[in-house]
Amino acid sequence: MFPWLFVSPAERRLLGGPRFGGPTPWVIAIMSFSIMLIAASGLALASTAALVGGSIESRYALEVPGGAATLAPLVEAVRSTSGVTSVEAVPESDMRQTLERWLGPAAQSAELPVPALIDFNAEPGANLAALQQRARAIAPGARIVAHRDSVGPLLHSLRLLQWVAFGLVVLQSIAASAAVVLAARGALDTHRFTIEVMHGIGATDLQVTHLFQRKILIDALVGSLAGALAAAIVLLLLASGAALAGELTGGATLGPVDLVVLALLPFALTVLATWVARTAVLRALRKAL
Amino acid sequence: MATVAEFDSVGLRYGTGAEVLRDLDFRLRTGSFYFLTGPSGAGKTSLLKLLYLAQRPTRGRIKLFGEELSEAERESLPPFRRRIGVVFQDFRLIRHLSAFDNVALPLRIGGSSDDEVEGSVREMLAWVGLADRASARPPTLSGGEQQRVAIARAVINRPELLVADEPTGNVDADMANRLMGLFTAMNRLGTTVVVATHDVGLIGATPGAQLIRLENGTLVDPTGTLRNPPGPPRGDS
Repeated sequence: MFPWLFVSPAERRLLGGPRFGGPTPWVIAIMSFSIMLIAASGLALASTAALVGGSIESRYALEVPGGAATLAPLVEAVRSTSGVTSVEAVPESDMRQTLERWLGPAAQSAELPVPALIDFNAEPGANLAALQQRARAIAPGARIVAHRDSVGPLLHSLRLLQWVAFGLVVLQSIAASAAVVLAARGALDTHRFTIEVMHGIGATDLQVTHLFQRKILIDALVGSLAGALAAAIVLLLLASGAALAGELTGGATLGPVDLVVLALLPFALTVLATWVARTAVLRALRKAL
Repeated sequence: MATVAEFDSVGLRYGTGAEVLRDLDFRLRTGSFYFLTGPSGAGKTSLLKLLYLAQRPTRGRIKLFGEELSEAERESLPPFRRRIGVVFQDFRLIRHLSAFDNVALPLRIGGSSDDEVEGSVREMLAWVGLADRASARPPTLSGGEQQRVAIARAVINRPELLVADEPTGNVDADMANRLMGLFTAMNRLGTTVVVATHDVGLIGATPGAQLIRLENGTLVDPTGTLRNPPGPPRGDS
């Protein structure tokens, strides 16, 4: 399996030098570290967006201007509507308590009109227009508000940030590839004489490339895993105490699929680096006779 | 008459400079022994580069082993290069490899097994008198030893065409005779040998060998040896 990955000791000696070393593993480790953190953030954001979106998708509020005088018949109207799965009236005292955070003692003033609220969940297809008509018959001015409409901008921002994270992962991968190309070219320059001799004796481009791609694969694998390990430690530290921990491990956890994706990232980076190096070496070799 | 190489109106220039080789027309007969001579700067090394496929001609046509290779795809060249052994003037040994690994390189590139490599390389190193220097790296070898390693590498896989650029330039007379003996032995086995040299004594000591003389990038052939059908290969008579 993977015969291209294994070379004989004699082939290894052709490039000389240590089996592993140079700046390439360090560059890839730094790239892997930042890619892992960005990807983890992006996945956490996606998880948060999914969690928030899922929890409010079927959540509605019936706002009743003018207080709680008509609350009981309205609750009954909501409850009797087909497709409504749960109903909860929010007492005026709770509303004022909530407003107190922003308004202070003024929130308790009788001069401040506080609408009555009825929270309810409705299955898709529930006839909310009919419910609103019935509610308005009881309390003119009553209106149904979908939570997703009010939280929409936040969800939009979360999804945007998620795509920004994805874009950053792609950019970092491109930067890592560029570093690998430079490393491959440097290696070709260093070993130009050996390559010329091998070509002169009848070596094919693939035989020459074989030597380089294996070395770069080892550099990339070690660098990727080291960077990923460092990122994992940072994520664990964050998850255990920092504010971000709430997002990562509390409200929006990184699920099993997210963890698998993160675990695969260093290997994906290794494969990308090796493929880029192989392509760069083959292209460079084609310039020679 | 089988030929290893055919040059038809071949010219070579480097970049935009003047032609270093002009209007070369000759054929190398399979199994023959040739000396390539001429003053320094005549184009001997350039001609050899064309022969061992390190350069393409800028004009004309070159056939090697019956195949037109002047404009062949570069991917098709390695199999032809494996049929050619080259002794470079500057040896071109890989410094970080041992003498053993340098000599083994053509066999490994050709896909020989480790056992085949081990036996053949030990035998070849013993023949060139370097059996006890197998693990030495080129920088620790004398000029003559490096040259013998280079020759051993060139002949290890019994090439059909052996091209040598001043192969005896750094060895003493005794070793020069031994090396020429090796070339002659290979020639007897059917290898076509082309040796570029200034050493007139060497030419005189190799009866039956033919002469290619270059001057100012053109073939000078006062004897007509090359234009006429060459004599029978050595050992045929």
